[in-house]
Amino acid sequence: MRRSARDTEESARKVSRRGLFLGGSMLAVVALLGARMRHMQVDQADEFRLLAEDNRISIRLIPPARGQIFDRNGKLIAGNEQNYRVVISRDDAGDVEDVLQRIARIMPVSPDDFDRAMKEAKRRSPLPIIVADRLSWEDVSTVAINAPALPGVSPEFGLSRVYPRDTDFAHVVGYVGPVSERDLAKLEEPDPLLQTPKFQIGKIGVETWMEGDLRGRAGNRRVEVNAVGRVMRELGRQEGDPGADIRLTIDADVQNYAQARLGEESAAAVVMDVQNGDILAIASAPSFDPNLFVRGISHADYNALTENDHRPLANKTVQGAYPPGSTFKMVTALAALEAGLITTSTSVNCPGHYEVGGRRFHCWKRGGHGRVSLERSLAESCDVYYYDIALKVGIDKIAEMGRKLGLGERHDIPMSAITDGLMPNKQWKQERYGQEWRIGDTVNASIGQGYVLTSPLQLAVMTSRIASGRAVSPRLIHSIAETQTPIAPAADLGISPQILRAVQQGMFAVSNSQRGTAYSSRIADNTMQLAGKTGTSQVRNITAAERARGVISNDALPWNRRDHALFVGFAPFEAPRYAVAVVVEHGGGGSTAAAPIGRDLLLRALSDGIPPLSAYPASQRNRIETMHRNMPLRDPDGSAPGSSRA
Amino acid sequence: MSFLEYRVKTVPTGFSKILYVNWALVVLLVAIASVGFLMLYSVAGGRLSVWAEPQMKRFLLGMSVMFFVAFVPIWFWRNMAGLAYGGSILLLLAVEFFGSVGMGAQRWIELGPLRLQPSELSKVTLVMLLAAYYDWLDIKKTSRPLWVMIPVFLILLPTVLVLGQPDLGTALLLMGGGAVVMFCAGVSWLYFGAVFALGAGAVAAVLTSRGTEWQLLKDYQYRRIDTFLDPSSDPLGSGYHITQAKIALGSGGWAGRGFMQGTQSRLNFLPEKHTDFIFTTLAEEFGFIGAFSLLGLYTLVLAFCIASALQNKDRFASLVTLGIAATFFFYFAVNMLMVMGLAPVVGVPLPLVSYGGSSMLVLLAAFGLVQSAHVHRPR
Repeated sequence: MRRSARDTEESARKVSRRGLFLGGSMLAVVALLGARMRHMQVDQADEFRLLAEDNRISIRLIPPARGQIFDRNGKLIAGNEQNYRVVISRDDAGDVEDVLQRIARIMPVSPDDFDRAMKEAKRRSPLPIIVADRLSWEDVSTVAINAPALPGVSPEFGLSRVYPRDTDFAHVVGYVGPVSERDLAKLEEPDPLLQTPKFQIGKIGVETWMEGDLRGRAGNRRVEVNAVGRVMRELGRQEGDPGADIRLTIDADVQNYAQARLGEESAAAVVMDVQNGDILAIASAPSFDPNLFVRGISHADYNALTENDHRPLANKTVQGAYPPGSTFKMVTALAALEAGLITTSTSVNCPGHYEVGGRRFHCWKRGGHGRVSLERSLAESCDVYYYDIALKVGIDKIAEMGRKLGLGERHDIPMSAITDGLMPNKQWKQERYGQEWRIGDTVNASIGQGYVLTSPLQLAVMTSRIASGRAVSPRLIHSIAETQTPIAPAADLGISPQILRAVQQGMFAVSNSQRGTAYSSRIADNTMQLAGKTGTSQVRNITAAERARGVISNDALPWNRRDHALFVGFAPFEAPRYAVAVVVEHGGGGSTAAAPIGRDLLLRALSDGIPPLSAYPASQRNRIETMHRNMPLRDPDGSAPGSSRA
Repeated sequence: MSFLEYRVKTVPTGFSKILYVNWALVVLLVAIASVGFLMLYSVAGGRLSVWAEPQMKRFLLGMSVMFFVAFVPIWFWRNMAGLAYGGSILLLLAVEFFGSVGMGAQRWIELGPLRLQPSELSKVTLVMLLAAYYDWLDIKKTSRPLWVMIPVFLILLPTVLVLGQPDLGTALLLMGGGAVVMFCAGVSWLYFGAVFALGAGAVAAVLTSRGTEWQLLKDYQYRRIDTFLDPSSDPLGSGYHITQAKIALGSGGWAGRGFMQGTQSRLNFLPEKHTDFIFTTLAEEFGFIGAFSLLGLYTLVLAFCIASALQNKDRFASLVTLGIAATFFFYFAVNMLMVMGLAPVVGVPLPLVSYGGSSMLVLLAAFGLVQSAHVHRPR
């Protein structure tokens, strides 16, 4: 079709106009683009540069080595061991399942580990998958040698906690375990270390209470990571500080002896320095192996521990609250003597029972002791003597003396679940039960029954204070990172030396007079003579009918209905160094079940090594020698009993 | 004006045509493509064979196609316009039925070793057909409604097919290219005003249809719109791409972090770093200077095209040149707006730089038309 020249001219002009307009619009958009580029790349460059750095640089924590725990002589109690593990980096592995199967062909991988690794692999996370932990050096080397056939697999090593003296310190030092949600919830600003995989913190005992010192400070590495979080290279590194080493006041060998001496009894024993309060041994039996918890305890093992009626998991030395029984009698005596209501020469007639408020209270000896002095009352543990003086002095004075000697009070040592015990008075009963304190309550309390409850640790403190006349407090931490922890200043108790001496004399008679309840547990060596007090505390009521028939002997009762056996003591008598408290749950009589243990522990603390036979009464030496020979003691280097013979 | 009216004697013939080619434009295209090779080499971590080498081969093929198209007289291409358009519509239909699915969309068909993306082709054939239409149409009828409806239908036909794939980016480019040809041909302003108003209404309709039974776009397209409006709302999900792209771009600063030193692309924080987001790597490694220079090269291409079109007295030739320039403009403008966070992510490559066969071949063929128009212009 033809067009006129005019039309053509006109249309060409129009195209030119519109084309120019189009070009102008495009230029405007280009100007906008340029302006935006300038804005982002020049004005906001610093912000974006920062974001880019944020993207690429990741801070990875370097876990510090946990502080080690030693005994007072520098023997290792809790240490760290090299721990090998095999990990898979999911980026490089490709098919994780295939790689896992290949690993399983060259080293043992448990089905549990396999499933856990597969589950981990399904999660989108930049962290490597842990295939197996705590491997032997052989397994790790096998994997390392086969690395070319195992894409993304690499061996790693770290430190993990180990307790070479396993059962000896389970209750003292406790154990570490993985960080739980509850651990994190308890902290306001949790250390980022706690979120690193496989990190372990103290769960009970010294490990928990000294966590702040033991943990140390994390170092960090600045690494460049790619979009999926894989580390491309290290940019910088700042080393952290390892945790502080801790020395305990405990002597690992004495502790080992104590644990072995308690054996399979459900029992607790504390040996304490009467001068400075250092705890030399603090044993709770039966014990358990804390290493099981570090590695993750199996259900079977855990159930065996919880279902055991001897309660191996309980730390009976500080958690256990027992009626102190006759070991309390020193408190009653000291209260009455201090109040001036009796003198050291006061004597009381014991007909075998005591009538007050229409009720009859019995002495353990049915026939009675006759006239008893203070010394005899302690030596032969006459109950009536204490019923009498307790009613003179009243419960409030007795409770006051108990507190002065460290009963009914929490002694802060770094252990878990420490009990306050109970040192009752009138006000307490009113507040607790809304009832009047009755005379019978005082009578019961006078011989450490009724409401009075004490822990073995408190009994050891009480004995130390009676022995030294000063308010010593227990100390468990000897030093942190070579810095000695202060010894609490032990003020004088303010009890007149003459009174204290009279009570100590009574305790001496307990184990040294022929009629003393612990005479058979005496120490024959004159330089180490023992003073003490036995106790037998009832865990059941003896009815009038039973009393009439004759009290059933402990041997005839089921285990858990038998009396608790207690013993407190100190030695040497002339220059006291160590105090001991022993509680054998349902052990029967204190003089037979607890006193020999107390004596042996004191002798062990005073001797260097197994106590010499010369310290024992001649008639017992054969038996003691056999006992020591059969005792499952550790070798001096700390290795398990019997391992050197194997 | 038919080809018979050309003063044929003044039009170069034979190999002498080579002297009349718009060499400045050729140099610009080579320069832009070279930027592309450099960046593809960089994002592949310094390896040539991954992306850069295939891209170079395609570019050489594309340049041959360009010169071939340039040497064929422009009136031949005008006469082929209807056929080309029909062919591309058939190919689009073929994709609908036999195409391969990639990235959630059906976009290409396999022809032996060649992977053809007909939607790219249709951008050029549409411009050709519309230019031919207005060359044929009586100028007086240009703005009459009936004669306006015809090109609108011609635009909508491929647009609807492309939207069905679904490929929002190409659909927008088709409409933009078509509209520019209509505009330059002299269609009244009123129509564009009306379409603009309708467009605004359509946007409102699209947004309100979300979540209803007659939802107009796919869910992922809505998510892209959300991401565009507020990329930080979901920095690790669908907003991740745009946030990372902006970080890369901005962190380049004035002079960039240096060739092959861009941490964002090196460490894989950038999405599609060799295709749609390649501009961010350029901006990261060469900074504002590099990014602005590329923008400058693109602008010069536009300038040469428009200048050529304005000199050309042949209606088809100038309309085709303007249409192709506009399509080229839409390519890079939408891509840059997208990576700079000014437009939603619609999947438009950076022309001649992004890795990809179809768009490069088609674009170079289109520049062949521009060259043909330039060489065979009436003198």
